[in-house]
Amino acid sequence: MSATLIFENAAVRYGARQVLNDISLQFEAGAVTGIVGPNGAGKTTLLRAALGLLPLASGTVRVLNKPLAMWPRGALARAVAYLPQGGEAKWPMLAREVVMLGRLPHRPAFAAPQATDDRAVSEALARCDAGAFAERRMDELSAGERTRVLFARALATGAPVLLADEPAAFLDPAHQLRLMDLLREEARRGTTVAVTLHDLPLAARHCDEIVVLQEGRVAADGAPDIALSDEALARVFGVAALRVPDPGGGRDALASFRRV
Amino acid sequence: MRTAAATGTEPRVDDTVALGRASIGEARGTRVAVALAALALGFACWSFLLGPYDLSPRALFTGVLDGQGVAGVIAQQIRFPRAALALVIGAALGGSGAALQGLFCNPLASPDVTGVTSTAGLGAVLALYFGLAAIHPAILPAFAIAGALATAGILYLLSRRGAGVVALILAGVAIASFATALTALALSFSANPYAMSEMVLWMMGSLKDRTLDDLAYALPLVAVGLALLMTAARGLDALTLGEDAAKSLGVDVASVRGRVIVGVALATGAATAVAGSIGFVGLVVPHLLRPFCGYRPAQLIVPSAIGGAALVAAADVAVRLIAPDGQLLLGVVTAMLGAPFFLWLILKMKREP
Repeated sequence: MSATLIFENAAVRYGARQVLNDISLQFEAGAVTGIVGPNGAGKTTLLRAALGLLPLASGTVRVLNKPLAMWPRGALARAVAYLPQGGEAKWPMLAREVVMLGRLPHRPAFAAPQATDDRAVSEALARCDAGAFAERRMDELSAGERTRVLFARALATGAPVLLADEPAAFLDPAHQLRLMDLLREEARRGTTVAVTLHDLPLAARHCDEIVVLQEGRVAADGAPDIALSDEALARVFGVAALRVPDPGGGRDALASFRRV
Repeated sequence: MRTAAATGTEPRVDDTVALGRASIGEARGTRVAVALAALALGFACWSFLLGPYDLSPRALFTGVLDGQGVAGVIAQQIRFPRAALALVIGAALGGSGAALQGLFCNPLASPDVTGVTSTAGLGAVLALYFGLAAIHPAILPAFAIAGALATAGILYLLSRRGAGVVALILAGVAIASFATALTALALSFSANPYAMSEMVLWMMGSLKDRTLDDLAYALPLVAVGLALLMTAARGLDALTLGEDAAKSLGVDVASVRGRVIVGVALATGAATAVAGSIGFVGLVVPHLLRPFCGYRPAQLIVPSAIGGAALVAAADVAVRLIAPDGQLLLGVVTAMLGAPFFLWLILKMKREP
């Protein structure tokens, strides 16, 4: 395993406010890393900083061992795919056309899509179980179906790093599980997957690594058992969790919380 | 996520079938564009044949080529510029409307609704009535383009600060009223006995009495403006997903915005310098053509330019059929078609938030 996305003492400021402080993290290829933390902890900011959408006040972010500032715009777009929070297609385009947007970084200006682009789009749609409505307009799809199309858009780029901001929000439990399976499958192909999650039990159960952010700092990180230990949960979230053993022999599940 | 079994369909869409449907969609867009181009040329020819001086089509067509005699002068100096300008101006307005709607992700945006044409008209009036246009022929379009650029820039800044649809439209209304008032003020101050009628001409737009010189400066400026919009097309497609996603796809969003703003200012400014502000073309045409172009902003620009050309050429024919004495202005016809359409659009948007 190797780290493809590295933060070195990175800091981000909005005006005078320090939103990310002294962040040093390594995201491994082939692993699903969950980024959790209370509201306003800087989860989205962390992803946006990794994409170069926000300037760093200090420190460095490295993608595939090259500092972010040295990446040309187009090459970075092929290396890092991003699924923003609550994304929507603002025009009711065909689902397939939306997914084709994920191929933009691979297409020279004014060039029509090539066969490789069409293949990547079909494959991404199929992996997200969205092939059946590929030829339908976005405004004819349910919210869950649109989410899958937008996720397929991010997959279609085929980038070695995939950043997803709250992709599980507003999904019902079955779709959440399917989403985590997809992220796992993507990681198995060698992709570095970093995903912000609101749902602690989901993160604890399905991520290989957890980063806990609190007020712009890394409060804990490591395997779920360590990063989401009773001590960390109490310190960062102010809760204690009821842990339920998995009869299947997997990790304990976080079942419910109470304030401490 | 739902499994394939639950949807009751095959999980993998056959590649060839999928491609077939997508290309059918594109072919439909192309067919519509070709049909509109034929329509535009048809109306331009009709416009060429229409006029107070009764000449046979044959005399006119030979006249436009050899320039001999009365027919030659009329064909070359009056009829041809008018017909060609209708196409050029319509293309400028239609293409600009499509690009602005793409940029703001909003079907209500267009050069006239946002006040861009009004300030372009103000620029032209300032240049004309204070004698500046006499210094150099480039000054008139330059002032009109500067006026268009000012408004487009203001709207851009507003949208960057998070102004929503309603705020942008209201800002456009305010800018348009202000520009109209300033236009009236400028005309009142100028030593011009016909100020009132001139004012109406600028506000409603007309292609009457245009010359080859007008065509000579409008055509290249509109062409450059539309070309600039074309270079931004892909970026507009990506902006469908929002600004952050577009940036993550390698799109230089600031550059796309800049190109759309400057392209719209060039095309609309040049068009308005020639013909005054012709309303609603930039609003109606892209909206009607959008379903034929798969709702893709990039695919919409060229068909909208062609459709705009057809609409303005048709309106300019209608103006002369309804009132052969030349008293009806072009903008009156486009507004009569466009304003009810605008209202309908707002009502429809209200129903589907």
